[in-house]
Amino acid sequence: MKTPLLQFTDKGIYCKAANVYLDPWKPVDKAIISHGHADHSRWGHKKYITHHRNVPIVQHRLGEVSITGKKWGESFSVNGVKFSLHPAGHIVGSSQIRVEHKGEVWVFTGDYKTEDDGLATPYENVNCHTFITECTFGLPAFKWIPQEEVFKDINAWWTENKAEGKTSVLFGYTLGKAQRLLKHLDTSIGKIYTHGAVENMTEVLRPLVNLPETTLVTRETKKEELLGNMVIAPPSAHGSTWIRKMVPYITASASGWMTFRGARRRRAIDKGFVLSDHCDWDGLLDSIKSTGAEKIICTHGYTEIFSRYLRELGYDARTESTQYEGELAEINTSESAKAEVE
Amino acid sequence: MKQFAQLIKTLDSTNKTNVKVQALADYFNTANDTDKVWTIAILSHRRPPRPVNTTLLREWAAELSKIPSWLFEESYHIVGDLAETIALVVPSSKKGTHKTLTLFLEEMIALKPKSEEEKKRYLIENWECLDYYERFVFTKLITGGFRIGVSQKLMTKALAKATQLDEDVLAYKLMGNWDPNIISFQDLVLEERESDYLSKPYPFYLAYALEDKVEDLGEVSDWSAEHKWDGIRAQVILRNQEIFIWSRGEELVTDKYPEFLSFVGVIPDGTVLDGELLPYPNGEIGTFNDLQTRIGRKTVSKSLLEKTPVILKAYDLLESEGNDIRSKPYLERRELLEKVVERSQNHNTVTSTPISDLPLLLSERLQFDSWQRVAAERARSREMRSEGLMLKHNHSSYQVGRKKGDWWKWKVEPLTIDAVLTYAMRGHGRRSNLFTDYTFALWDTNEAGEKELVTFAKAYSGLTDAEFREVDAWIKKNTLERFGPVRSVTPHHVFEIAFEGIALSKRHKSGVATRFPRILRWRKDKKIGEANSLDDLRGLIPSVAKESFKSDTK
Repeated sequence: MKTPLLQFTDKGIYCKAANVYLDPWKPVDKAIISHGHADHSRWGHKKYITHHRNVPIVQHRLGEVSITGKKWGESFSVNGVKFSLHPAGHIVGSSQIRVEHKGEVWVFTGDYKTEDDGLATPYENVNCHTFITECTFGLPAFKWIPQEEVFKDINAWWTENKAEGKTSVLFGYTLGKAQRLLKHLDTSIGKIYTHGAVENMTEVLRPLVNLPETTLVTRETKKEELLGNMVIAPPSAHGSTWIRKMVPYITASASGWMTFRGARRRRAIDKGFVLSDHCDWDGLLDSIKSTGAEKIICTHGYTEIFSRYLRELGYDARTESTQYEGELAEINTSESAKAEVE
Repeated sequence: MKQFAQLIKTLDSTNKTNVKVQALADYFNTANDTDKVWTIAILSHRRPPRPVNTTLLREWAAELSKIPSWLFEESYHIVGDLAETIALVVPSSKKGTHKTLTLFLEEMIALKPKSEEEKKRYLIENWECLDYYERFVFTKLITGGFRIGVSQKLMTKALAKATQLDEDVLAYKLMGNWDPNIISFQDLVLEERESDYLSKPYPFYLAYALEDKVEDLGEVSDWSAEHKWDGIRAQVILRNQEIFIWSRGEELVTDKYPEFLSFVGVIPDGTVLDGELLPYPNGEIGTFNDLQTRIGRKTVSKSLLEKTPVILKAYDLLESEGNDIRSKPYLERRELLEKVVERSQNHNTVTSTPISDLPLLLSERLQFDSWQRVAAERARSREMRSEGLMLKHNHSSYQVGRKKGDWWKWKVEPLTIDAVLTYAMRGHGRRSNLFTDYTFALWDTNEAGEKELVTFAKAYSGLTDAEFREVDAWIKKNTLERFGPVRSVTPHHVFEIAFEGIALSKRHKSGVATRFPRILRWRKDKKIGEANSLDDLRGLIPSVAKESFKSDTK
């Protein structure tokens, strides 16, 4: 049996022909990185290749590393294997990685979503033979509603809180979700304040995308000044002393996991908005269909369930285990975000 | 229905009690009367009987969603709530409904005797036209209770706020048997009528656990102690030559315990007793396990009645000679109670029941001269077949609901054992999608002389949310096998399990049944080899229980 173009090893997804890893979780010589979230762009590789919009994010996170930025669709060869990056629509600078060798094409999605969020370059279909897909929300229970409607709800919630003289605190992952929230909040309602972790990451992204003005919450910030305004914070801030100073406030979380009533209740958050940077059920199925791929490899999320369903639809689908957090990344952001803040 | 769905949504999306009370009060001020009655019924667990069984619901929902039934089941395991799963997977509609809550419930009642096809048509029609949240509420009305953090007490408080009526009076009115399909809001809530009160129990007075030092309660002479019996809290009502038995869950259980029919004519009309139903095999208090054989049965066979008879251990008197005496001090009520018990054993006025067989015992009131003596009595609890002590202030009135101050429960410290986590299942409600329901095992030596882990208990409480998330993440990465919703995991983690009681059991694989097992601590410091054995667990069984078990099995 010939060696597959991409293999799943204990270090990451490996292209033997090129001696290159995709989003490896252990230190390697050469890594192609799909996007800037911590479980995909990790420490310790000798060389990083990624989309140029992701370069400042990786540098912000990992400091000075040897990194090369590529354009969308720009192909580059490593040992005769052709690579190119294509928009994944997950967060700013997130790409799918296309790998072509001897007429065979594989695509690794990293994380992706099909809805245009107004920040990330919109997802683009890439035809391939083998499609390595995430399936974080690979259950028919997940169906997103268009973001215009979600933001109408979020802005209405803010207006209502303001009328009651309360501060709105909205939790979202520091990289990606926080900026998406910023982008679509209605600034005519009030001012937007940020937690330090959010402010830092937003600063990194400002040269790349248009974002409204934000004010960092500092020790000197008076809580009276926050009343009626909006505070964007990482989920880890929930229940912290930092937030308790803001009384009276109302909390909300924006995440795909807010689909489940239980997810919101167990976090003791007042309101949940279903807003995700991943595909929903139909988004996954439609994307897979559009690629024309026959072989599907499911990496993180509800992999077993999702790949079984794909097999019933007639795909040659299987599961491979990776160390991408998928199922955990968003739901447990409090832990990962804490690490990030510290 | 729109208004009711909105109410449920508001109640479900806040953790703050005053917001909930306000939302309910607003609803009670604006909704129409029949909807209000149904809302009270639903929030006090008086739903009409389920018109469609859940197997069919699942089948139809999968069909309508065009997904295979296994995929629907997997989704259900993860979402953790059937109505929520159905609301999520069924294709969305934005139409919404204009039908009232009352109309929906009337339709559901009428649906029950109909054919399967008619039921299917009704469900699909409604699922298709309701929006997401209405669909969830609609399906919840069919499948079961709303767990949205609204206790009956909270609802009563809101109703009191909306109607300006006294909360305790309302609590009393809402108890007992009433049919939301017939009763009007006027009759249920606003009007007072004597005849309605024949079967009505009083709200139970419940105690909190004592957390501070017992000495802090003050003078020991002001307090009485009783053993805290481990059975079913019950109120026994004798009025108008009839008997009514209410469990604490406000369920009328008269028919399940026919032995108490002998009270009629012996205990005078206009008497309400508060006490504990206890199993009484072989003329002594049995274990909760014994009682379990009686709890689920609606009709009781003669042999079961002989094998596991039940008695009432009475500890309070709420009504005497037709008068509500709850405001009298505890000591006075006890004196009257003792008279009732005493008389019932001496005088037989009407029937020819052999009086010595009357299943009524007094829960002894104990008075001590020092807190040390009280503590010593508490230490004897397991031997007495009790869970600890109840401490009651001698001047306490009989209050409504769980109140601090005059009554305290002072349970014995739980028994504990270190066990290994072996299986896990996803939780429900706020724990949906998280593995929070665990099975624990202890070491045993099998016939071949090898050490193996034997399941002994399930537990799903006792860890913090953060710990649950940690265990959940670990389970997802260390699953050995999947059996539907259950996963077996690598034996690796040791937990200290606490439980209230223990008895030998033929129904359990380990041969031992534990009462109220829960997680006390995560013993990260222990390796699985250091977990306890089944023999260690057996060693915790009081010798009395072992002997009676032996004589039982012979």
